[in-house]
This record gives sequence, structure tokens and C-alpha cells, in this order.
Amino acid sequence: MSLQEHAAPLVSGTQEQAVHPHRDDIASRMGMWLFLFTELLLFGGMFFLYSVYRFENKEAFHNAARELDTLIGTINTAILLTSSLTMALSIAAIQRNKKVLSITLQLINVAFGLVFLINKYFEWSHKISLGLYPKSDILLGMDKGEIVFFGLYYVMTGLHGLHVLIGMVLISVMTNFTIKNIITHENYVKLEAAGLYWHLVDIIWIFLFPLFYLIT
Amino acid sequence: MNEQHTDAKHMTAGHGYGIYILVWLALLTLTGITVAVAGINLGGLTVAAALIIAAIKSYLVLTIFMHLRIEQTAFKVFVLVALFFIVISFALLFSDFSFMKG
Repeated sequence: MSLQEHAAPLVSGTQEQAVHPHRDDIASRMGMWLFLFTELLLFGGMFFLYSVYRFENKEAFHNAARELDTLIGTINTAILLTSSLTMALSIAAIQRNKKVLSITLQLINVAFGLVFLINKYFEWSHKISLGLYPKSDILLGMDKGEIVFFGLYYVMTGLHGLHVLIGMVLISVMTNFTIKNIITHENYVKLEAAGLYWHLVDIIWIFLFPLFYLIT
Repeated sequence: MNEQHTDAKHMTAGHGYGIYILVWLALLTLTGITVAVAGINLGGLTVAAALIIAAIKSYLVLTIFMHLRIEQTAFKVFVLVALFFIVISFALLFSDFSFMKG
């Protein structure tokens, strides 16, 4: 489907129907949802790990969590929630044929993702400077529950951060498509799919945030 | 044939921006509540409250931002089945290890 769809607009803006490509937006969205379910398995498995280790090391988790900066965590939560807003608004904009507005919102969205990652960089640098990183002597000298907490912290927020980065790249590609009229008010399912991915990244953080930052 | 698959969503799209902003405000408020509640030590209840609020936020993101509310029923069924699977997995997991020593 994709090659025909992309080639036609480059030849002539409105003649994509001449080739009569098969297009099924519902199936496209369904495909993305199925992928999101695999992401649910990926992060779900790690949340399982978290729940078991927390159950067995309540005190240690509580102590370890005090090292985390609740303010940065809350700000990052607000950033991701607002980026979900700009994502949803960018789709609403393109549905109403507001191309420039949609592009602007998509770019703001990517910018929010960047700020989130920059915050994460500061958080991690701070912890690493305190000697709280996997296999450090300081960490190994702590209670085993605390070691597990930080192990889970780095892996889960790290994998989540990677997903934020992937989302940013994905949305940037969609911004390019929107500029080039590959995504239009009549054909925006690609943007919706990118949106679904981004909202999932947001939902994962909605659960990560209280479980790591608010258990003190 | 192509028209059928694009029309339904297209037609309901028009009334848009306001609901997204409302949901966003609700999400920020719920985040504030979560942070506030976390400061009150109610033991297990604090965790439960945080998770319940997280579930409400996820519901809002799923139904409004991710358009589940206006999708075909099949999508809603799929999501419910996936969530059901996760919940069952947690239940089985806890029923297993919570009875183990240590």
C-alpha cells in the first residue's frame, strides 16, 4: 500500500485515486493497536517484576525512592501529559484542514519530548554522580532491596526514555509527511498511528511516576 | 469501499479542540491529587489510591486522546481483553508468591 500512496501525491497532488490504491484506515489503526498490546506485554512484564520485588522489599524500596526527585518527576509528568494534548490537537487540526497548525503542534510535541529527555539526563547524571548506578561500589554496599529498586529504576525509565526518543523520531517523520502533503485532511491515519504510540508512552509514564517517585 | 472506512471518524471530528483541553486539565488535576495524596501516609491505601488515579488518567487518555470512544466496538473489545489479561496475570502472580516464605 505505502509505495503507491506516497508516489502518487509527488506526481500530482490530487490524483492519488487514479492508481486506486487499497486503503483501509480501520485496519491501519487496528495494526497499531495490536503493536501497542505487545508494548503492554513488554512493560507489563517489568511492572510484574517491580510488584514482586516491592512486595518483598517494602522498606528498602521506600528508602531508595527518597533519592528520587519528586519535583522533576512531577514536571516530567506534566510535560508528557501536555505533549499528549498537543498530539491529539495536531490530529484535530489536520482533520479540519489546518495544516500549519497541525505541523506547529507536532513540532511542539517533539520539543516536549526533548525537554523530557533533557530532564531525565539531569536526573540520571545526578544519581550517577552520587554513585547510584548499577554495579557501583556504593550501590552494592546497600540493602539488596535498594539495589533492585535502582536496577528497576534505570531499566524501566531507560526503556521508557528510549520509547520517548522513538516517538519523537516517528512524529518528526509525520511532520515531514504533513509538510509534503502525504498526510492531509483526507488521509491522516499515519498521524493517528503515531499519536497512538505517543499516548501509550504517556500512559506507561502515568504508571511509572507514582510507583517510583511517590512511594516515600 | 474506501469511503466507508474513513467517513465515520471524519464526520465526528469537527467539534473538536475543547474536549482535549478539558481532558488535559483533568489529567493535570489528577496528577496534582496523586502527588498530594502521596504526602499522606495511609500505608497500603496510598498505593491503592495512586494506582486508582493512574487508572482513571489512563482511561481518559485511552477514550478521548486515543479516540477509543469513537472507534468501532471491536477496538474496545480488544483493549478490554488485553487489560483483562494483564489483570488476571497480576492476580495469578500475587496469589502465587504472596504465599511463599520471605
